[in-house]
Amino acid sequence: MTPAQRATASTAMLDVQVELVQQLLVDFLREEIGRAGFSRVLLGLSGGIDSAVVAALCAEAFGPKNVLAISMPYRTSNPDSAAHARLVADAFGIPLSTIDITGMADGYFAGVGLDSRATGSDAPVALRRGNVFARCRMIALYDQSVVWGGLVIGTSNKTEMLLGYSTQWGDGAHAVNPLGDLYKHQVYQLSRHLAVPEALIHKAPSADLFEGQTDEAELGFSYEVADAILVRMVDERYSEDELVDEGFERELVRRIARRVVRNQFKRLPPVIAKIGQRSINHDFRYLRDWGI
Amino acid sequence: MHTTLRVAQINPALGDLASNLDMHVAEVDQAVADGAELILFPELSLTGYFLKDQTSELALPPDAPFFAPLLERSKSISIAFGFAERARDGRLYNAVAFLEDGRVLHVHRKVHLVSYGMFDEGRDFGAGSSFAAFDSRRGRFGILTCEDFWHLPGPYLYFLQGVDGMLVPSASPARGVAERDRDEDGAARLRSAVVWSRLLEARALLTQTFVVYANRVGWEDGIGFGGQSCVFDPFGRELGRLPALESGRLTTRLEGSLARRARVQTPLRRDEKVWLLREELARLEREGAIS
Repeated sequence: MTPAQRATASTAMLDVQVELVQQLLVDFLREEIGRAGFSRVLLGLSGGIDSAVVAALCAEAFGPKNVLAISMPYRTSNPDSAAHARLVADAFGIPLSTIDITGMADGYFAGVGLDSRATGSDAPVALRRGNVFARCRMIALYDQSVVWGGLVIGTSNKTEMLLGYSTQWGDGAHAVNPLGDLYKHQVYQLSRHLAVPEALIHKAPSADLFEGQTDEAELGFSYEVADAILVRMVDERYSEDELVDEGFERELVRRIARRVVRNQFKRLPPVIAKIGQRSINHDFRYLRDWGI
Repeated sequence: MHTTLRVAQINPALGDLASNLDMHVAEVDQAVADGAELILFPELSLTGYFLKDQTSELALPPDAPFFAPLLERSKSISIAFGFAERARDGRLYNAVAFLEDGRVLHVHRKVHLVSYGMFDEGRDFGAGSSFAAFDSRRGRFGILTCEDFWHLPGPYLYFLQGVDGMLVPSASPARGVAERDRDEDGAARLRSAVVWSRLLEARALLTQTFVVYANRVGWEDGIGFGGQSCVFDPFGRELGRLPALESGRLTTRLEGSLARRARVQTPLRRDEKVWLLREELARLEREGAIS
């Protein structure tokens, strides 16, 4: 076993008291949503582990009948995704509706064209398609939130938010996020505690934006090692040298650190040019919970 | 000294003075009905905690007519609550008022403002500059607002002033869920609650006073407050505790005879060498060792 494997294998720094996390997050959801004047919520149910955990928490917080899960496949989506979404909805007694985004996305692609010869752009097609899918799903969720009379709950975990492995204004768009301070490892821990169906716990995480895609292949490192590095870097404030001393490869540590820095823009509201005396987000300082 | 104490573990609405005043009045009336003689509310109980630019909008002088319903009730019960204070000179303080017999008996201005991590009190408040004990019908008390209790001088100064009890209103966020912090008996527990308990117990033991901790609950922009308000006696024994995430009421009897016994058994105050502290501080200052 290499030093890096040893450091990664010990999850003592990551392991959480699952029942305490559950209690905190259910309380958080009830209060933050209730205060905004809502008793219903909705979320995109992808068939993956993160949205399954959020679905379980919401079912407990609001009662399953007050949670709307929406499965939003594209024509090339893995059929397992929709099947796993159904498993989760059934397991927690949540109503599930399906909105196929194929027409939306293909309509847009047909209008603007994706072929680089036609558009004269070298922008990577896979990235564009993935982002369009994520933003189509955002449009569907926010539209359905009006019909349902509930708020959109986010499913982004701390690992992917730190790495910027998400689409801005796509899966990154939601009213509140119960998982944003939980690393992927902790989401898995919680999923077992909440009795999320086994099929979801054991499959490889995937954004399912193209066939055969897995998060870890695309990122170029495992969630296990990313969590081990991030928890030390962010929560425990290790320096690069201290991480290398623990056995992690310097190049990988740097790659992950660069991703954290370069994706800060996805974690904050847009930058506003300060012109006047008192400017939004600069010195006009109020909580989101202000006045509600 | 002996009194029946009520700790009101509440969830104030952020920035909503009117509804928070109603909540205070309801808690006070219930405490009176339950036979309590002294009630303690959490830090900034009348305003909510993360005020930012609301601080100046919500700040009131201690003699504001707004407090009249509480002043009136203080004729039958002593009331300590948190508010944003606007001083005559315009400075704002994170303050606690102690009302009794229809008047403001004492105001404590938080000395150790927290400005690190998620906190930014130094941005919005001026710092208080004294730890003055005061005598009330219910006993001799000192107030320490949250972080005041972490630093040594506050509890020590109250110890020197011979208080019966220290009142510790707080708005302490719930945080720390690591598996390694689980209780030996297997029960889940928050790291923040563990360290607070140790601190409260140790201070009660070292100062031989009652220590009354009133923490709030509820969420403000994703930060949850951890509750677990509790009371320790002058032997460092826990007299009662409320749960972590829900509002609640804790009623405890504070018997001065306990403090008397603790101080006879181990006469810490009698044997405290204040002169040594004074001389050593002077020496260290002369030598430039401290500032």
